[in-house]
Amino acid sequence: MSGIPHDHYEPKTKGEKWLNSRLPIVGLLYDTIMIPTPKNLNWMWIWGIVLTFCLALQIITGIVLAMHYTPHVDMAFASVEHIMRNVNGGHMIRYLHSNGASLFFIAVYAHIFRGLYYGSYKAPREITWIIGMLIYLLMMGTAFMGYVLPWGQMSFWGATVITGLFGAIPFIGEPIQTLLLGGPAVDNATLNRFFSLHYLFPFMIAGLVIVHIWAFHTTGNNNPTGVEVRRTSKAEAEKDTVSFWPYFVIKDLFALAVLLAVFFAIVGFMPNYLGHPDNYIEANPLATPAHIVPEWYFLPFYAILRAFTAEVWVVQFASFVTGGIIDAKFFGVLAMFGAIIVMALAPWLDTSSVRSARYRPMLKWWFGILVLDFFALMWLGAMPAEEPYATLSLIASAYWFGYFLVILPLLGIIEKPDSQPTSIEEDFKKKQLKKAHKADDYFSKPEATPAE
Amino acid sequence: MKFVKTVVIVLSACLVSSFSFAAGGGGYVKDFDFSFEGPFGAYDQTQLQRGLKVYTEVCSSCHGLKYVPLRTLADKDGLGYSDDQVRAYAEYYEIFDPELDDYRAAVPADHFPAVVDAGAPDLSLMAKARAGFHGPYGTGISQLVNGMGGPEYIASLLTGYTGEEKEEYGSIFYENTAYPGKWIAMAPPLYGEDVDYDDGHANDIYSEAQDVAAFLMWAAEPKMMARKHSGFVGVLFLVLLSVLLYFSNKRLWAPIKKESISS
Repeated sequence: MSGIPHDHYEPKTKGEKWLNSRLPIVGLLYDTIMIPTPKNLNWMWIWGIVLTFCLALQIITGIVLAMHYTPHVDMAFASVEHIMRNVNGGHMIRYLHSNGASLFFIAVYAHIFRGLYYGSYKAPREITWIIGMLIYLLMMGTAFMGYVLPWGQMSFWGATVITGLFGAIPFIGEPIQTLLLGGPAVDNATLNRFFSLHYLFPFMIAGLVIVHIWAFHTTGNNNPTGVEVRRTSKAEAEKDTVSFWPYFVIKDLFALAVLLAVFFAIVGFMPNYLGHPDNYIEANPLATPAHIVPEWYFLPFYAILRAFTAEVWVVQFASFVTGGIIDAKFFGVLAMFGAIIVMALAPWLDTSSVRSARYRPMLKWWFGILVLDFFALMWLGAMPAEEPYATLSLIASAYWFGYFLVILPLLGIIEKPDSQPTSIEEDFKKKQLKKAHKADDYFSKPEATPAE
Repeated sequence: MKFVKTVVIVLSACLVSSFSFAAGGGGYVKDFDFSFEGPFGAYDQTQLQRGLKVYTEVCSSCHGLKYVPLRTLADKDGLGYSDDQVRAYAEYYEIFDPELDDYRAAVPADHFPAVVDAGAPDLSLMAKARAGFHGPYGTGISQLVNGMGGPEYIASLLTGYTGEEKEEYGSIFYENTAYPGKWIAMAPPLYGEDVDYDDGHANDIYSEAQDVAAFLMWAAEPKMMARKHSGFVGVLFLVLLSVLLYFSNKRLWAPIKKESISS
């Protein structure tokens, strides 16, 4: 599949030849699993496998939960309690599913920031990046609708707030909101369509995951140096790469096992830590909770949504220019989606010819601030909408946009990149030599006990 | 200038907010020790049984437990009553049977009845629907260290009455140091020595409050012991698997790494 020269599958037995001439599925799987992969991938390249695992975990636990769940406003909450109390192993399946969403988002954020640091979004991997962004959007939709299903207080009021965002769109907002809700307010129709879509979206994600993998198998993996695998001859390509199976499969499985050990500790010992206590109160349209807070993985973008109030001059300017069509509420919605769109446009906003931030002395720092900014936004999203959090949210939101719209285009022009290794082989060798020297130093250390 | 202003605001907010948490009144949750805390903590069967007695004789007059099946009182890692004891206990409740179109004595297959007359909330999930511990500053570290604090909140609430009362719009409110709004509509339910324990345990207000809080934790999370066991087995298995995979990976890569140095 990939443009990197390597051995392809050859059917040997009669049976294999028979199958291959009719459906070359074994060859397809062989080429997928044996893809030449840069030797020097570091531990930030494990998240893809973690994400694939998460998708499978969520689909399997979700299908079992759907067997026992009742999507009706009068019965949904009780049916979740039925799962927790009466279904064999139901409490574990539900906690695995609800915490599985958190593991999924931890992995996707690590995966996205890996891509941003090592320039994985750059040519020729733009399609992989865009599909990844689509998967991320679908994940957010799926997670949001899944959180509504237990029909607790946060489910209900979260659904009210988020669907209300669509109502902020000028002219067509209200019909869209009504379509989403299936009526004038969050009710049984909303719960039913959310259940239906919550079941559908993961399979759309699975489809896009296949396209995502297909796309980067065509271009080949990026790697920490950002230097391409040499494709001039098979011999040279082989010096830069190893096959995905078994080298990276085993490495990724090791990382997955470590992460899952932590995950199981959370599920077993503190399964409600990442949830909101109010969701153990059945939905009540007549009682609004004191603070409506989304799940942690939405907080950064929720902070951006809330940052642009009517007091901000950019909002006032936009409102003035458009004659009031863009009000503060709609501006906030645009900013929230805009924050993801600018990220999706990174391949065209980044003007540098160097891929990896490892050789970009200035970008390193700006990227570090971006990571801090992300966590700051996450924290601010959980804080009440008052000073000083409002001003801080505005500053943090401005940096998010500034990174993509100003810093990425400018750095390509003003930054002087460090020299890059000529090949992946060289980088890998250097790293191994360094490790070997370290080990030598360690073992050959003279006995440092001064005579006293 | 705006930047300086912001910095000043942030710094002062950090100072002020630490006071405002203390001065706002209410919301004080004492970190009681419960037997079921921590990865290896387990429910104390006799404490749960005492808590059930407090619930039955005091709380149940206003609060229901509609999600809790009576049969689960026989759960081995919960209250551990015998089937006969559960049957005898169930008869204490009258429930409406739509098939008979009449009231009848409850059987173990029924749930605890919902009590709606007093307008008091159902207690089935109360220990998970309340969080006693927060922060600091929205970081979640307190919950990480102390747990979510549901049962601690319940015990603090039951022992947090100061004795002050006030009347507002014809209702009486009672001052409570644990209640977030400080003034709660529920009259003090426990005064100490409200219940005579069968096991002769001390029945002061602190014991009663902790016993019923532990019972409500069980009511909200009856499978906690099974869950912790699964978690422990899962962690143990995955740690072993990680070790095996670590060495497999090391061995697998060794020739590749060696070759790269010698080339």
